[in-house]
Amino acid sequence: MASYDVIFIGGGPAGYVGAIRCAQLGMSVAVVERDGLGGTCVLWGCIPAKALLEAASIATKVSKSADFGVTVGEVKLDYGVAMKRSRAVSNQNSKGVEFLFKKHKITWIKGTAKLAGKNAVTVKADGKEEKHEAKKAVVISTGSRVKGLPQIGLELNKTTVLSSDEVLVLEKAPKTMAVIGAGAVGCEFADVFSSFGTQVTLIEALPVILPLEDADCSNELTKSFKKRKIEVLAGAKISDVKVGKNSVTMSVEVGGKKQSLEVEKVLVAAGRAPVVEDIGLKEAGIQLTDRGFIKINERMETSAKGIYAIGDVAGPPMLAHKGSREGVVFAEYLAGQKEVHGVNYGNIPNATYCHPEVASIGMTEAQVKEKKIEYKVGRFNFSANGRARTSGETEGFVKIIRDAKYGEILGAHIIGAHATELIHELAVARENEFTVEEVDLAIHAHPTLSEAVAEAALDSLGKMLHA
Amino acid sequence: MATKVTMEALSPTMEEGRLVKWTKNEGDPVAAGDVLAEVETDKAVMELVARGDGVLRKRLANEGDSSPVGTLLAVIGTADENIDSIVGGAGASAPAAAQTGQAAQAAGGARATGPANQTVADTKEAAGQSAVPASPAQSQGEASTPPQQKAGGTGASPPAPRSAPPPPPRRPAAPPPQQQKGNGAHPTAQSAGGRQRTSPLARRLASEKGIQLGAIQGSGPGGRIVKRDIENARAAATTGMARSGAAERLAAEGDFKDVPLTQIRKTIARRLAESNGPVPTFFLTAEFDVSRAAEMRTQLAEMGDQYKASFNDIVIKAVALALAEHPEVNAHWLNDKIRQFNRIHVAMAVAVEDGLITPVLFDADRLSLWEISAKARDLAKRARDRKLMPEEYTGSTFSVSNLGMFGIDQFTAIINPPEAGILAIGGVEEKPVVIDGQLEIRQRMRVTMSCDHRVIDGATGAKFLQTLKGFVENPLSLVI
Repeated sequence: MASYDVIFIGGGPAGYVGAIRCAQLGMSVAVVERDGLGGTCVLWGCIPAKALLEAASIATKVSKSADFGVTVGEVKLDYGVAMKRSRAVSNQNSKGVEFLFKKHKITWIKGTAKLAGKNAVTVKADGKEEKHEAKKAVVISTGSRVKGLPQIGLELNKTTVLSSDEVLVLEKAPKTMAVIGAGAVGCEFADVFSSFGTQVTLIEALPVILPLEDADCSNELTKSFKKRKIEVLAGAKISDVKVGKNSVTMSVEVGGKKQSLEVEKVLVAAGRAPVVEDIGLKEAGIQLTDRGFIKINERMETSAKGIYAIGDVAGPPMLAHKGSREGVVFAEYLAGQKEVHGVNYGNIPNATYCHPEVASIGMTEAQVKEKKIEYKVGRFNFSANGRARTSGETEGFVKIIRDAKYGEILGAHIIGAHATELIHELAVARENEFTVEEVDLAIHAHPTLSEAVAEAALDSLGKMLHA
Repeated sequence: MATKVTMEALSPTMEEGRLVKWTKNEGDPVAAGDVLAEVETDKAVMELVARGDGVLRKRLANEGDSSPVGTLLAVIGTADENIDSIVGGAGASAPAAAQTGQAAQAAGGARATGPANQTVADTKEAAGQSAVPASPAQSQGEASTPPQQKAGGTGASPPAPRSAPPPPPRRPAAPPPQQQKGNGAHPTAQSAGGRQRTSPLARRLASEKGIQLGAIQGSGPGGRIVKRDIENARAAATTGMARSGAAERLAAEGDFKDVPLTQIRKTIARRLAESNGPVPTFFLTAEFDVSRAAEMRTQLAEMGDQYKASFNDIVIKAVALALAEHPEVNAHWLNDKIRQFNRIHVAMAVAVEDGLITPVLFDADRLSLWEISAKARDLAKRARDRKLMPEEYTGSTFSVSNLGMFGIDQFTAIINPPEAGILAIGGVEEKPVVIDGQLEIRQRMRVTMSCDHRVIDGATGAKFLQTLKGFVENPLSLVI
């Protein structure tokens, strides 16, 4: 029986980052992971999806390259090649995590772990079972998994009704696809497959796509998707699902009008479920929330002493960067650090990497209204931004919502090229309580897309320069 | 080339310093290395030396002012150099509260009292500048500057403090900082130029609410003052005001002395409150010999009902006299200062049906033992009958609580903020004690004083108890 200070169950972005921070703080650490290091993010989520989106972006750019004086010969789209490249990128990243583990002397225990009393876990691998001691903490960072929609007849079947796990390794793009759920995952794959020639129908039960984003961004993205011939059906109700061998049919009702739809593949992208089974949570006395996540406090402690939880399994938002920060905060509390900057759940950026990209931080305009806060909105369209014009990416805007009296940045919403990079200026501003004025006071280089952020800040003060 | 004199970090932990004394006057020639001022840090009084040669042109801080490290304190330049832009730079740091019509008026006023050859147009121009808040420092500087330099000075003044989002009806709750000389205010705590540990949002909220940043302990990274600190300070200020309002009403001007907080006092207060909740309390226990007091009680009782006094009355009288000798204990903690009262109002905790109430014996040191006895009895009775008026149970400067009658021999009482102390009185017991080598049975009583460490240090409290012991053990002192 090997002994460590801390054992993480799950080597995704929450677990592996937490492990590295623990090791940096002088603890001996092991991570139990049955698949590759890096978890969903590296292997089945963020990283491979972004690799495919880059392929999609190139496909779109090539189609317009003649306008830039670059004429390309015959353009062939091969999803299989893009897929293989994305797998290579994922594996490379997973190897990178392995390297980091070696560097920090973190032990990777391959297998499936189960809690074994307060200070230990058992790990099963190749039919053998071994016990490992965790003197200080056991951390559950098992993450989440894809799920189907059996309640409407869309059980995942790996052939026609797929999850993101399967579409990431399709050999070729299908002719037709229905994407159920227009959150980040749904919008991103709608973008990818549409770019590779698939006729995509994007279906969302709520009245708009990207329903967690500001309504202005949702509407802008809907416009853009429609321009690209992605059919967007929001506020839709699905019924009469028939799953055949080579296709799926269903009826989709929008605004009282019913239409039938037959597609080669269905991608179910309607959320993920926390991995809480077979860990021994009940025996350990670990409580779950109403929605089935592990209940934690601000130190990531579960209801069982010495057992912690971080990442997707510990509750939404299910985002890699949220899990990573929880891992860091957990490690710093465990090490007894005096000034731990806790996870600021109100300041976690959202990022969707479809084209145009959508990114946000803080509250939407609807949320601000609901809280009855007096606010002002500043907005700057990329169509008026020099850098955006040079690259021909003039879709979208920067929108900043500020407190009317104090200039506090209540929320910021960006849709457009590189929005997911641009948002961080506002994340830093919010974390440090800079107001819109400090954002403007920092000189922004010209020509950059970032100038649009400064202009939106100015606009909220009624002082936009390039209006 | 002018040299700026700023508040320097004179110790590794120093975040702000109090300017104790200027050792150079405006107009004095100075050389690099000359001592310009004495500055009190969190540890000691240190010397602030000149970093350049020239003439001390302008002093921007007053003696007694506290300023964060980095704040511009003075300017050294050649005798005829135009230093307006530098002095104005300090002005740009004016808090947003100064961006009010009031500040603009102040600027206008300064000009109006300027040299006689100033034109009306100038004055108008000044008044019209309300959008470009003239800071206190700037306006002072201009008033003492010949008019022909003024235009340049104004033009050179740094980018106007960015106008706040639509200036809403601002409520300049706090007077402009420069009017708060000498009471430990931090005129430049909100300096935009200096090294500051306050988020821009917190700064704006504070200036709007008239909250002095210097009095606030930051909870952000590295002690940075952030939004939640201002919000907490506002909540605390509201409750604090409700409590101290009565005391201020009862204590007329001249009835108290405000003691500005020294750096060491501030550090003590901050550190102790961090460690021990909002009122860092420590306890001092002493045992008094009350045999003589018991004898006196018996004799007084024999003289007739009107002379009867309880142990409680005796202790209250003794406490009042001891407080008169120790004004540092007869004090309130008011966050940015300690208020020592010249008058002594002792509250006594009275148990009532569903809680307790603390009626006050006003000017207890001036009351005779019999007056205390009569008043205490009356207050206690009316307290139990719920007939007390609010002014009868607010405004105390110190409190006592007695559980002796319940057979409690010793306990600790909770301080009633903003008071600095409370005395818990235990029961009188016969105990064997050794006196001059002989075992004797004596009447003994244990008291425990809870002290707010921000106000009362261990030795201070101990000395007070010593005085109190003297009075209680020599009870004749209470009736003469």
